[in-house]
Amino acid sequence: MLKKSSQEKITCFDLEKTLHELKHYLPSQAPLKDFVHHNTLHAFQHEFFHKGLHKASKLFGYQTYLTIEEYRNLFIQKKIDERVLDRILLSKKGGNKEEWKEKGLNKNYDSHIIQRVGKFRELWKKKYKINLDKYVHPTLFRLLGSYLDQGISIDGFPINKQGFLNSVLELHNSSIIKLFTSQRVNQLIKDKAVSLQELLKMVVGKEEFFEYYLFDQQFAHPGWSGMAAVLDDNEYLLLDKRNITLKDFITLELLLEIDVLDNKFGETWKPLALSVEEDNLNLFSKIEYDELYDILSMWQEAYEWSFFDFVLKGLQVKQDRLKTQPTFQAVFCIDDRECSFRRYIEKNEPKCETLSTAGFFNVAFYFQPEHGKFYTKLCPAPQFPSYLIKEYEASKRHTKDVHFNKNTHGFLGGFISSPTMGFWSMFKLAKSILFPTQTEALISSFKHMDRNGKLSIEANALQKENNLQLGFAKEEMADRVEGLLKGIGLVNDFAPLVYIIGHGASSVNNTHYAGYDCGACCGRAGSVNARVAAFMANHKEVRDLLKLRGIEISVNTQFVGGLHDTTRDEIEFYDEEELNEENKILHSKNKITFEKSLSENAKERARRFLLVNNKSNTKKTHEEVKLRSLSLFEPRPEWNHATNSLCIIGKRENSKHLFLDRRAFLNSYDYSIDKDGTILLGILNAVAPVCGGINLEYYFSRVDNYRLGAGTKLPHNVMGLLGVANGMDGDLRTGLPKQMINIHDPLRLLITVEHFPQEVLRIIKINQATYEWFKNEWIFLVVIQPDNKSLFVFKNEEFEPYLPLADEIKKVENTQKMFEGNAENLPICLIN
Amino acid sequence: METNYVLLSFVIVPLLGFLLSLIFSSKNEFSLSRIAIYTTFFQFIIVVGFILYWITLGTPYINIKETVLFKNNEYEFYIDFFFDKITAVYLFTGSFVTLLITRYSRYYMHLEDGYKRFFNTILFFYLGYNWTVISGNFETLFIGWEILGISSFLLIAFYRERYLPVRNAVKVFSIYRIGDIGLLAAMWASHHLWHENITFLKLSNYHLVHEHLMAHSDIGLFIGLSILTAAVAKSAQFPYSSWLPRAMEGPTPSSAIFYGSLSVHFGVFILLRTFPFWEQQFMVRIIIGLTGLITAFISFFITRVQFTIKTQIAYASITQIGLMFIEVALGWHTIALIHFAGNAFLRTYQLLVSPSVVSYLIRDQFYHFVPVSKTVNNGIKNKFRNTIYTLSLKEWYMDYFMSNVFFKSLKGVGKYLDFLTPKNLLFYFIPLYTIGVYFYLNESSLPYFLKEYLPEFIALSGLLMVLKAFSERNFPRLAWLLVLFNHYCVALAVSFNEKFELQETLLYLSGVSVSGLIGFLVIHAIRKKEPQQSDLNMYYGYVQKYPKQALVVLLCSLGLMGFPITPSFIGEDLIFSHIQERQYFLGLFAALSFIIGGIAIIRIYARLFLGPYCKPTSSNPLKSS
Repeated sequence: MLKKSSQEKITCFDLEKTLHELKHYLPSQAPLKDFVHHNTLHAFQHEFFHKGLHKASKLFGYQTYLTIEEYRNLFIQKKIDERVLDRILLSKKGGNKEEWKEKGLNKNYDSHIIQRVGKFRELWKKKYKINLDKYVHPTLFRLLGSYLDQGISIDGFPINKQGFLNSVLELHNSSIIKLFTSQRVNQLIKDKAVSLQELLKMVVGKEEFFEYYLFDQQFAHPGWSGMAAVLDDNEYLLLDKRNITLKDFITLELLLEIDVLDNKFGETWKPLALSVEEDNLNLFSKIEYDELYDILSMWQEAYEWSFFDFVLKGLQVKQDRLKTQPTFQAVFCIDDRECSFRRYIEKNEPKCETLSTAGFFNVAFYFQPEHGKFYTKLCPAPQFPSYLIKEYEASKRHTKDVHFNKNTHGFLGGFISSPTMGFWSMFKLAKSILFPTQTEALISSFKHMDRNGKLSIEANALQKENNLQLGFAKEEMADRVEGLLKGIGLVNDFAPLVYIIGHGASSVNNTHYAGYDCGACCGRAGSVNARVAAFMANHKEVRDLLKLRGIEISVNTQFVGGLHDTTRDEIEFYDEEELNEENKILHSKNKITFEKSLSENAKERARRFLLVNNKSNTKKTHEEVKLRSLSLFEPRPEWNHATNSLCIIGKRENSKHLFLDRRAFLNSYDYSIDKDGTILLGILNAVAPVCGGINLEYYFSRVDNYRLGAGTKLPHNVMGLLGVANGMDGDLRTGLPKQMINIHDPLRLLITVEHFPQEVLRIIKINQATYEWFKNEWIFLVVIQPDNKSLFVFKNEEFEPYLPLADEIKKVENTQKMFEGNAENLPICLIN
Repeated sequence: METNYVLLSFVIVPLLGFLLSLIFSSKNEFSLSRIAIYTTFFQFIIVVGFILYWITLGTPYINIKETVLFKNNEYEFYIDFFFDKITAVYLFTGSFVTLLITRYSRYYMHLEDGYKRFFNTILFFYLGYNWTVISGNFETLFIGWEILGISSFLLIAFYRERYLPVRNAVKVFSIYRIGDIGLLAAMWASHHLWHENITFLKLSNYHLVHEHLMAHSDIGLFIGLSILTAAVAKSAQFPYSSWLPRAMEGPTPSSAIFYGSLSVHFGVFILLRTFPFWEQQFMVRIIIGLTGLITAFISFFITRVQFTIKTQIAYASITQIGLMFIEVALGWHTIALIHFAGNAFLRTYQLLVSPSVVSYLIRDQFYHFVPVSKTVNNGIKNKFRNTIYTLSLKEWYMDYFMSNVFFKSLKGVGKYLDFLTPKNLLFYFIPLYTIGVYFYLNESSLPYFLKEYLPEFIALSGLLMVLKAFSERNFPRLAWLLVLFNHYCVALAVSFNEKFELQETLLYLSGVSVSGLIGFLVIHAIRKKEPQQSDLNMYYGYVQKYPKQALVVLLCSLGLMGFPITPSFIGEDLIFSHIQERQYFLGLFAALSFIIGGIAIIRIYARLFLGPYCKPTSSNPLKSS
């Protein structure tokens, strides 16, 4: 008896488990204001990279690699190195290498994409000749969208009663016009007998098909389902709170389906599983070996290592270290966009030192700008800090624009505003198209915080607000500064000025603006963090505490916070008036260096902007680059992280001789002060998900822009301030729009660490979540041994020696000449 | 005489720009956008210059008979241009907005697939816009009207690899065609009222109109309502409003120019243009005003519940256009014109900055949020509010009515002919048609009652065939042929009227026959290559695999639906002029069959060539995207 019931349980449908699985596979993208990059296929991350990609493709119909023709073209263009390809074939196929090479180059494959998801539910169309989605989707999306809407509609959803489903049913009950017209559905609602399991019985019939059906149903609109799932688990993401669960959403969809079917066929239709004879339907059954995917995986690796091989060769070049007192030190974010900026600073002031760490500078807190009604989280997304910093004595930074005023949509409001404001719009439009200038719609990184305002950084008494501590105590500050400085290996030889520079972006007409700001600050500009970190490091008592911990900072050394706008290539500094007289003079000198470097950086970036002439002089090009952030018609204010593919963890002196073409995240690290490996562990714990997430989101948005990316952004329509969709009744689009990935090459991230392989092997195994990234090769890891610069690549859970195949790396005297008029990827080369 | 050339240049410049833009390769973004910018800039200069000159002349009415395209004893088809206050405002607004939009799109569309297609279509639209605006009679206006319809279809379906844009494009095109029935009917009735292709200038002669209407007040009402039908469909008024938000599928600037500003105001334009004609009919004015009022009322509520920015702007614009209808009906033309221009500019700008709404409103919310308390009470007020809310969420059932009631019932009629297949079609059609032709040749031997009803009967069978084509799900070739044969039926039906000449029949059938035949052969070839996947049950997206064939079929479709690229267009008008006043059934059948035939044809084209490609080998869009 007992045995039987336990057996039943195995075949039984487990609702909670299925909901959990669904949430796992659905896109997990937050509403637009909190857009943060993450691995699009995170659900497959527990599998080996190539296996995960094959599986994702077969299950959901994603294109997970470039097409085989694209790889072959890259081979012809010599962007895939034949020697690298041979080496990979040899390691994977051994003696059959030639045979496989022939297959890779010439064999015809049937590359039609066939997906499992959707196969069961499409039987409605085959059996009943009904396109359910056509009737269900518009109502479903409209109900959910109206309910979640954060402020577009004038009349919001009239009821907000204990969750989504209850509110919808209440609306149905209290309205004369009914949402559901089927007798049966009305009866169910009346009897308060709406339960997901029962509805599934009505629609699907057989329990063993429930899971398949739900996957089919939800993956017909992964965007909206994903939004419901994300908000189910993270209610705090909405400023105007809504209570929603994925279960409610699915229940409503099933109700709508029954309603449509009843209206069409009366109550005589049979559940889907009972009306068709389908045996071979199993969503998660084993995926058969497919030679094409084997070939694709080898092409992909050949493509990746053709580039990496060069980089590693370049990183092996030994540098002589000239140790002098640096004129200034500047700490940046690890962001790849800072890579070239630092190169120019180093060129213009060879005696300076640049460093980098994750752009929240080890200070995690919530921030409340003056007049703000809410808090903004300023640290990596997975962290939940318990501190709050408030801004005060700041000026207003939000101006109104009548064009966004909803009165223009009314009867009388529109009647009055069209003939009056309408003509004003005409001038405004003409002006902004012919001569773009700053408008109310601009999102400017400098507006994140008022530089003349004040911050409550230091906690006087331990006051609390909403369970958050107001400001930091001295000990807490010292902890953070110590962590920051040790993390980047800056524990002695402080220059008179140490800059801490966050970054942000500016744009207009950009729905994905949050993705352009600092990922380590949860999609906000890094200005507050930079300023806070500088304040803490300047604090006298904090320095006294640091001295006890072995970090001695001279009285003459001052820290200066700043913000680099990566779109406009502008910089601003905070609390400059606090500098002493000598430092003020030095600072004004350094500012000239920064300004010059910014313009040169803008010019280098302009090579990728085809409509900007990057051959004209530096200043002029810089002005053109600035204009992009103000132009309504510019879908690409900047390229953001496009082309990223490297992450170099180590001393800057070992990479600064290389021209890395803005493709590298850089993280300063000195292995010699990291005795027990905690620093490296901390870095890898942050870098793997952040940079890996960015990298893979770009990868997947590039290879399948339709399904894993958001498609072209040009027709996008903003839905309830949550997301974008096409047209009126489209599904929410997740991932990156096409305009962000045009120039991106889909390569996985290569992390190089300057350390000894045995030590790194020990450290990466400490945190399983981080280890998974490397073990399953979603990120490549190479260790460069500091003493002899030999290379070790992490493979099959151990480090193997790696010998680069590349010839000597070329030295380039004039990089400007190399990139002028060239919009393509440039080779890695030696500079200075 | 110079004004003649200037007026002509308003269509010649866009036409040249359009033709030039066809030459360049799609990779050549620079030249393509330059052509568009120069064309619109040049046009803008002439428009402004001419308007200033015209003001110094004292704003006279200018009417110019450009060319006669066809002429026989009692019928003359000529192109006529007209310039007055209305033309001036529409020309100025149009050229200004288009100039800005082309410059905007030059950067916005950078690196987009279909860069060329976009500028081609914009220029084509611009040609249609200017043509319609300066047209001086119904025939000329109809040409522009058709260009607007087709360019709209092409721009909504700009992202042709996706399902929703294509479906919505067909939807919008269908509603446009309903509007075209109104225009065709108005043209037909006014032929009979005036016995000529009357110019708009003549219509402004109060006494002439008054005199005619006294004698034929029912025709007057009929024409008035026909014009209203055209206006209502084009301007998304009740009950057709639901197409406008669904048209927001193309790139944002194209939505801004078409549906935000220019195209959607053509209903107001045609009302203004024909105002002198219905001015004296109180009834018509009341109906027009009421239509506007109902629309403004309903769309006001719908606007309030929209949670997407573009649909909100769309419905807000519809509300204002409703008010413009009232203004026109009241005779407040200057106000209507100012309202039009203001609304056009305002909505264009609002649409262009619509992506900014995210950051703007979130910032606004961040600094000014006040939680709304949603009190639950069971009062009657609550019930009323929730009812209005639900009703508005469902767009007051307008979309439901159009697709599930109106078009569905048309399809229902077609189902009666389900016994037809491509193989047996000729067995039915040839004998029937032969009998018809036999009767025609031996007309004198026909009994009177037969003679009376035969034309109607033939036209009705044509209409049924077209309905079958419209509802056909399996055989694209069958549907295609049915539409072609309908033209033969209409020609035959009208031939029974005495004064019809063979030459005119040939003129009419020449264009449709050639395009029908070529199109048939191309579809046949594709059917042979893809035997499993070329019915009309879904979208196949063959434009990806057979781009050339797709272009040919598109052109043939245009020819077959009587688009002004073949002589059939003039023939179509000729046919109508021969349908007599009392033969309103014949007129109705013929008009319906033209209109539905057009929808059926575009449906075939869309299903075969547009939408997601049926056999994808690389990344492909989800149906709901």
